[in-house]
Amino acid sequence: MTKKKIDVKHQSKDEARNQRYNQYVNAVTPQTGTAKSLFHSFLVGGLICLIGEILFNLIRALFPAMSEIMAGHLMVMVLIVAAIFLTGLGIYDVMARKGGAGMFLPISGFANAMASASMEHKSEGLIMGTSVKLFSVVGPVLVNGIVWSSLAGLIRLLLP
Amino acid sequence: MILHKGENCRFVIKEPDIELMSPKTKKTIRHTNDIKGQVTTLFNPVSILSKSSVASSKEANGPIGKYLSNVLEDDKCGEKTFEKAELKMLTMAVLDALNDANLSAKDIDLLLAGDLLNQITSSSYLARELKIPYLGLYSACSTMTQSLALGACLIDSGHFNTVACATASHFATAERQYRYPLEYGNQRPPYAQWTVTGAGCTILTSDSMIQNDSKQKMQKITHTIIGKAIDYGINDINNMGAAMAPAAVDSMMAFFNEKNASVNDFDLIVTGDLGKLGSDIVRDLMRERGHELGQKYVDCGNLIYDVNQRCYQGGSGAGCSAVALNSFILDKMAKGEYNRVAVFATGALMNPTMCNQGESIPCISHGVIIENL
Repeated sequence: MTKKKIDVKHQSKDEARNQRYNQYVNAVTPQTGTAKSLFHSFLVGGLICLIGEILFNLIRALFPAMSEIMAGHLMVMVLIVAAIFLTGLGIYDVMARKGGAGMFLPISGFANAMASASMEHKSEGLIMGTSVKLFSVVGPVLVNGIVWSSLAGLIRLLLP
Repeated sequence: MILHKGENCRFVIKEPDIELMSPKTKKTIRHTNDIKGQVTTLFNPVSILSKSSVASSKEANGPIGKYLSNVLEDDKCGEKTFEKAELKMLTMAVLDALNDANLSAKDIDLLLAGDLLNQITSSSYLARELKIPYLGLYSACSTMTQSLALGACLIDSGHFNTVACATASHFATAERQYRYPLEYGNQRPPYAQWTVTGAGCTILTSDSMIQNDSKQKMQKITHTIIGKAIDYGINDINNMGAAMAPAAVDSMMAFFNEKNASVNDFDLIVTGDLGKLGSDIVRDLMRERGHELGQKYVDCGNLIYDVNQRCYQGGSGAGCSAVALNSFILDKMAKGEYNRVAVFATGALMNPTMCNQGESIPCISHGVIIENL
C-alpha cells in the first residue's frame, strides 16, 4: 500500500495567503497613537511621583527624628494602601485605561495587580483561590526582578 | 482465545472469524454525483416558536436596548459570583422563552446550549436545573447559530419536535477566563472588543406541532450552513474581529456559491460579533469576491453598543449574537420589515495556552437562513 503524500504545495499557498492577509490586517487595524499615550503616561506617572514626593516631605516635616530611609518606606506604604483602596472601589482600572504605563510602572501598579487578582479569585476560597492566584499577574515581575537583581549583585561582587 | 483463567472461572472469547477480519473487506462510502456541501436545505422549514433575550443595563443603554425582553438590574443578578450570575441569566432566558410559548420544561425534547466558560459550565448547570435531555455545544461566539442549525436539522429529521437553543456570555467571567482580573489596570488596544453580558434563547418546533389558524406568517429556518474552521494566521488574542472575518466570508461564500445566491436575495445579512474593524474587513473580502454587501449587511457587535459607550470596536462573546438575534432581528422580522435574513454568527476557537505557544487562532462561522413563511 502506498502512503499518501501530504500536500506541501497547498500549505505554502496557505502561508502566502496568511501573510497577505496579515499585512492587510496590519494596514487597516487602528493603532494607539504613540505620542498621545506617551504624554498621558508621563502626566499620570509624574503625578504619582509628585504625590509620593509631597508625602515624603510631609512625613519628614512631621517626624524630624525619622531617618530618610524609614520615611521613604512609609511613603511607599501609603501609596500601596491608596492603590489597593482605589482598586477595591473600582477606580484604579478606569484611571489606568487613560494613564497606561504611568499607572502601571510605579509601585501602585504592582499593588493594583496583586489586589485585583486576590479580589478576582476570592470566590474560589482563601487557599485555592486567593493564595494560589495572588501572584498570577505579578509573577513575571517578581521572577524577573529577583533574577536580574541577583545577576546585577553578582556582577557588582565580581567587579569591585 | 483464553483471556483469564481462575480456579472457578474461565473467561474465553471466541476465536475471531479470520475471513471477516481480513483487511480486504474495507468499508467504503458510496460516492454520489451530487456533492454534499456545507449548506443543508431543510425538507420542512422549522418554525421559531418563541424567543427571549436577557442583557445587563450596559446593553440596555445601547441601540437595541428597547428590543430586549429582560434587563438585569445589576451585573451579579443578586448572586454571589459572576459565574452564578451567568447561569441565572441563561436560566432566565430559557424560562422566559418557555413562558412566552406557554410551555413548561417537560414539553421540550432537547436542550442545545453552550457558553464560553471551561467545560461549558453555565449550560451544563442549566441542564441540571431543567432536567431535560441536553447536548452541550461549543463553538465560541458562534454557538447560537450552531445550536439553531443543529436544532433545525434534528427537528427536520423527525425525531425531535421541540428544541430549545440557548447561549450566554458574561463580561466578568469571560475576562477571568481569557484575560486579566477585572480590576487590573491594563490598557486595551483600540482594536479590542467588549464581551456582551447577555443570554438568548430560541425555541424551535416542527410545523406539525403548531395550530396556526390565523395564517400569520412565522419566522422559519429554511437553510443551515455548517462552517469550516478557518485560520488566516492571526494570533493576536485582542484582534478577534480580524481573525473571525475570513470565517464569516467563507460560510457566506459557501451559501452564495452552492445556491447561486447573491446579496440581493436577502433583506439583511447579519454577522455575529466582528465589531467595526471585523465587519469592515468582511466588506473588503466580499468585495474582492465580487459581492458588494452595502446597506444590507450589519454586524451584531456593531449594533449592540453605542459609539459613546467606549466599547472599542463593539461587542463580542456568545451573548452578542444571541441577544441581537433574539431581540432586534426577530422582532423586526415579526413586524415584516425583513423577510429573508441570513445570520452568520462567528466564533474564535481560541485557546490562551495555544496562543501563548505561538499558534494562530482557528475561527468558525455557522449560519442559518431565517424566512417569513
